Amino acid sequence: MAPPVNRRSGNSRRAQYSRFYAYVAAVLGVLVGGYFLLTSLGNHAGFSWARGAAADVTEPVARVTTATRAGADSGIDTLAGFATWGSQNAQLKREVALARVQLAEAAATADENRRLKDLLHLSTQDPHAVATAWMVASSNTSSRRYATISAGSNQGVRPGMAVRTSLGLVGRVLETGHFAARVLLITDSESKVPVRRASDGTPAFAQGLGDGTLQIQLLTLGINPLKPGDAFVASGSGGLYWPGTPIAVVTSVTRDGAIAHMLSDPGASELVEVEPLWNPMDDPSLPAPSGPPQVAHPLPHPAKPAKPKPAHKHWL
Amino acid sequence: MKDQRASPRPIRTNKQRAALTPSPALAYLAPWLSIIVASMLPGWVIISAGPLIPPLGYLMLVAWRQLRPDLLPVWAGLPLGLIDDLFSGQPFGSAILLWSVTMLALDVLEHRFPWRNFVTEWLVAAAMIIAYLMMSLEIANAGGGATSLLVLAPQMLLGVLAYPVMGRVVARIDQARLTRFRVFG
Repeated sequence: MAPPVNRRSGNSRRAQYSRFYAYVAAVLGVLVGGYFLLTSLGNHAGFSWARGAAADVTEPVARVTTATRAGADSGIDTLAGFATWGSQNAQLKREVALARVQLAEAAATADENRRLKDLLHLSTQDPHAVATAWMVASSNTSSRRYATISAGSNQGVRPGMAVRTSLGLVGRVLETGHFAARVLLITDSESKVPVRRASDGTPAFAQGLGDGTLQIQLLTLGINPLKPGDAFVASGSGGLYWPGTPIAVVTSVTRDGAIAHMLSDPGASELVEVEPLWNPMDDPSLPAPSGPPQVAHPLPHPAKPAKPKPAHKHWL
Repeated sequence: MKDQRASPRPIRTNKQRAALTPSPALAYLAPWLSIIVASMLPGWVIISAGPLIPPLGYLMLVAWRQLRPDLLPVWAGLPLGLIDDLFSGQPFGSAILLWSVTMLALDVLEHRFPWRNFVTEWLVAAAMIIAYLMMSLEIANAGGGATSLLVLAPQMLLGVLAYPVMGRVVARIDQARLTRFRVFG
């Protein structure tokens, strides 16, 4: 049993005052916290300068832990590989044989695609990554899903840019510091990505559930056509995400949609790429909008070309 | 102050011991620094797809408050919560508010139940951790999230189980806090 703390301040006026002011400061803490909280709930981007500065300052330490984490992961993979190499080797051989056939088919399809796109005067456009970065930290204790990447405004990263790995979309940049940026992961419950089914283009929204899974909400009503194993990619509608970026695979079907696992697990992805903003209006390879119907006589006021949309706000 | 370290050390005469003195900076700053580091640590260890790691900063705060009630002033929640808010991903102000309330609540509890033991302290801490996580979820959801309470269940369990371990860590830091250093000049 621990003894109680001596709380008597005695006759010392100084001790009495210091106790009193300590409680005043504690109540002040409650009030200050409540005030900051109300301010930041009203304005999400508030205090981003403080978070940005904190991320900048701790980025070198976070980077060291990233290297350790990556090393530990690959070490575990190597050890696990020894245990399973025999059966895995046979399985991989079978898969390679199948994949060779599929690769030939895919090459033919790609060639056909290219020719069809030439016919339509569409050019293939691949986003050129703005920056490559390490995922250095994430909000592990909060129910919100944020991550910090080791590239900031000095590397050309801007709010709203998509962050992805070779496996698929990870999230989008919310706030930038000089050397670090905060990313809203697509598993966050506030993230909503417009997606389509890769096989037939069924449109849907993928909303994060906060635990690593995504809720696929179909835009069309009717019989739920989804099956486990369906892959979803970004549709690109609304800008922000480059169309065709892999997002998630359905694991279980619900009454009006499905639960999907994200393809690019942030836990396994250390290296990420930051892609430029995708804005359909800025793409020179797209055909010009058809505009008003052509008439025989010239109009008194020729219609101006549509103004390019301003950059998207990152709060949808 | 008594040096309680168990490691074998060279036998020193009283005169030699007098030349060694604890660093006041380390003695006073250790609780603050350890809580700040514990606030930052969960973000670095893994990049997880869901909330899993208990709020180590908060656990550390409660552990220091329970093990050494005289070291942290009752207003410590304000500066320490502010730093936690920069790294936690919660809306800014969340930890300032909740940590300040925690310090006041622990003060009141100590006043009402001055005698305590391991089990009662663990029960109090468990209630504090669960309440803190639920309030944090409410605040995060008010700030735009829509996470269900079920997602937090593993984190709550881990937090409650990790608390006694955190207590041992705090006890270790409390010993190292009073390490004697040789003073030159």
